[in-house]
Order: sequence, then structure tokens, then C-alpha cells
Amino acid sequence: MKPVLDGFPWIVHNLSLVFDKIGVHLLIACMALVVAIVIATPIGVWLGHIHRGSFAAINISNVGRALPSLAVIAILIGVVGLGRNTLILALVVLAAPVILTNAYVAVDSVDRDVVDAARGMGLRERDVLLGVELPLALPLLFAGIRTAAVYVVATVPLGALTGTDGGLGDIIANQASYRLEGVVGAAICVAILALLIDGLFAALQRAATPRGLRGHIDFAAVQTAAAGNPQEEGTP
Amino acid sequence: MIIAQTVIPDFGGGENSCVRQNKSFCWNWVQDNWSSVLWPALRQHVELTAIAIVIGFAIAFGLALLAHRHRRLETPLTVSTGILYTIPSLALFQILVGFSFLGLNRLTVEIALVSYTLLILFRNTLAGLRGVPAEVREAAEGMGLTRRQVLTRVELPLALPAIVAGLRIATVTIISLATVAAFIDDEGLGSPIFRAIQSNVFKTELFAAGGLAVALALLADALLVLTQRLVTPWARRQRA
Repeated sequence: MKPVLDGFPWIVHNLSLVFDKIGVHLLIACMALVVAIVIATPIGVWLGHIHRGSFAAINISNVGRALPSLAVIAILIGVVGLGRNTLILALVVLAAPVILTNAYVAVDSVDRDVVDAARGMGLRERDVLLGVELPLALPLLFAGIRTAAVYVVATVPLGALTGTDGGLGDIIANQASYRLEGVVGAAICVAILALLIDGLFAALQRAATPRGLRGHIDFAAVQTAAAGNPQEEGTP
Repeated sequence: MIIAQTVIPDFGGGENSCVRQNKSFCWNWVQDNWSSVLWPALRQHVELTAIAIVIGFAIAFGLALLAHRHRRLETPLTVSTGILYTIPSLALFQILVGFSFLGLNRLTVEIALVSYTLLILFRNTLAGLRGVPAEVREAAEGMGLTRRQVLTRVELPLALPAIVAGLRIATVTIISLATVAAFIDDEGLGSPIFRAIQSNVFKTELFAAGGLAVALALLADALLVLTQRLVTPWARRQRA
């Protein structure tokens, strides 16, 4: 038990190191997340808009969820070599499917009557998508991004095990230099970071929801819709 | 000569020129090391996963039944398993190592793996039980079934699809985490991956072990989808 308790004073005594590593950690996570969002969201939204490719869009996330993170990193190291970009690439591969699927389901499941009404009012296709479907899809779309964000933050430390920067993982994986209390301290920091990111994105999700919808949405349940399962993922 | 030696690292291939030059994929290395390296790692990986799923399911199932009967337990159980689930795997492994009665061994790994299954299996089982329509439950009670009979003959069979769906997510999650577990307990498919990275990025071993982990996850996923269909034939008929 003692080394676990020693982790907390270690954090306090090494604040500048910890913040340094958190900075790198968040930088890597942000880069991966932004790339994944930029790639996956438009594809998912477009497929949802034209109501095509449901089989592919749903199964892509089932396959993506099944991919073991370390195995993906290992295979990409074999292809591209060691380095920070390899880690970011792996994170994109791991994060994009859940974003794509959620974006697809979000837009695809917008009430057809509402969309028909918008068309009937004479809105152009672009306005139907941007003015009607997208705002209504935002809560579920953000749920995908939230899941992906927590997943990415939790996976960055693996970089340290695979020969590159791993943010806080650098400390976790280096017991020789930081001793057990440092390792435990950094591990506690990663855990807190993941919980904070989850909370932050939950707040963003709420903020992104059109005001009229807020009262009607059970935010805990929103994520579940994605895979057609009663429950749908989060971390580790 | 000296330059050549420093430029080309030794991958321990001996006479095997493919391995010595670290080409993308050497089939003969896989053949030579299948029974000594890859197969044992794969078997350990399946063991680690199976143990975690069985124990995790036993605990989560019990908790779900408890929360099903006593509604006020649901929120605290969801929150606590949720927090366990959100802690990154590498961090949880290392925090557990910090408890002095645990060490770098399989017990530590299994405790972490089991804790990751809890949220998924608990939430799915409970959602399945809660999803049973009230009319169905009332009809069963009206027919004179006891509380226990309602549970075993009506609620659990109807909850089965949700439970198997949970097992599916939990299994692929654990297969993924068990690779990382090799960092604290040198077994499973993560072990050859880490060794390959440490020995100058030996590509063949990376592809072979990484590929096996991916294949295992996809195979387990497919098998559980099949199970899901087999145990709930009515769901298919409804869809058709």
C-alpha cells in the first residue's frame, strides 16, 4: 500500500516534470484526435446524409473496437518505423472508426419527417444537411468524439513502451529512473487526466446540443445508440 | 567491414540471411519460432483473456442481479465500475504493482483485466434485465411464477442478447489489454512484441505477433456474433 500513497507526494514534489509530460501527452493526443476527426467526421456525416453504406459504417467500428491497440502500434512500427508520427498514426487508426460510426448513426437516425419538412420548405440540400441534420446529430456525433478522446489519452502512454514519446507514459515505463513512487504518481496522473477529458467532452457535448433538445436527451444513454448494443465503450 | 557491422544490427538470425537483414517478413523465422515463441504466447493470451472474462462475468452478473432487485444500488455500482473502466490500462497495471502484496505476476494482471470487464458486463446485463417489457413480467407473475422463476425463465432468457453483446465487447477489450499486460508480466502476445521492439525493431516478429493479436480479436468477435445469433434465434426471425 505504501508505494501507492507515496505516489501523491511524488506528484507534488515533481510538479514541473509532471506538467511537462502532460503537455507532451496532450499535444500528441490532440494531433491524433484532430486528424481522426477531420478524416472520419465528413465521411460518416456524408454516408449518413445519403443513407448509404450502413453495413460498412457500422462494421468499421466493430472491427475498429476489436483491434488491439498495442498490436496496431507494433504493426505500424514494422511498416513505418519507430517515432512519434507512428504513434500518432496508430492513434488515428484506433480513434477514427468510432467517430465515423457515431457520425453516421447520428445523421442517419435524424427523424426523416423533419428532413422531409425541411425539403418541403424549400431548403437546398446543403442547408438540409448543415441547418437541420447536423444540429440534430450533434449530441451523438460528440459522443463518438468523446469516446475517441478518452481512448486516445489512455493510449498515448503506450508510446513509451514502443520507443517514442509517451507523455506521462515516459515516467510510467521508466521505473529505473523514477522509482515506484514516480511510476505510481504518473499512473495516477494519467487516470485523472482521462477522467478530466471525459468530463470536459461531456460538457462540450452538452454545450453542442441545440438548446431545444437539451431537456430531451439522456446523455448517459446517447453513447449507447452507436453500435446498436445496449452499451458502448469508453476507454482503456 | 567494421562499418557494415555497425550499420547492420544483429537480429540473432545466425545463418538466416532474411532475419539478419531484417527484411519485412521472414516466413522461415515464423516456422522456426512457431512452437517455441508464437504458439505459447498465443495460448497464454487466450488463457489470460478467458480467466478474466469468466471471473469478471461471475462478479458482474452477481452485481447486476443485486442492482436489479435493489434499484438504489445501480448508480453507485455504475459510477464505481465506470471509474475503474476509465483508468488507462498501463496506469492501472502500475498502480496495482504499487500494492506491496501484488507483484509483477499474473495475479496483478488478472485483477486489472477483471476490473475492466465489470462495467461492460454489469451495464449490459442490467440493461438486458431492465429491457424486459413490464407486461411480460406481469403476465409471468399473473401465471403464478415466483420471483425466482420470473428471473430464470422469463427475464434472463430475454436479457440474453444484451448479455452476449456485453461479453463480445468485453472479450475484444480484454484481448487488447492483455497485450499491454506483458509489460508487467512477461507472457501473452505482448511479450514477443516488446522483445521485437527492444531488439532493433525486428519486423518479422512485430508483424507475426501483432497480426496474431489482431486475428485473435477479430476471430473472438466473429465467434461471439455467431453465438449471439445461435442463442437468440427469435431475433433473426423478427428481423426477416
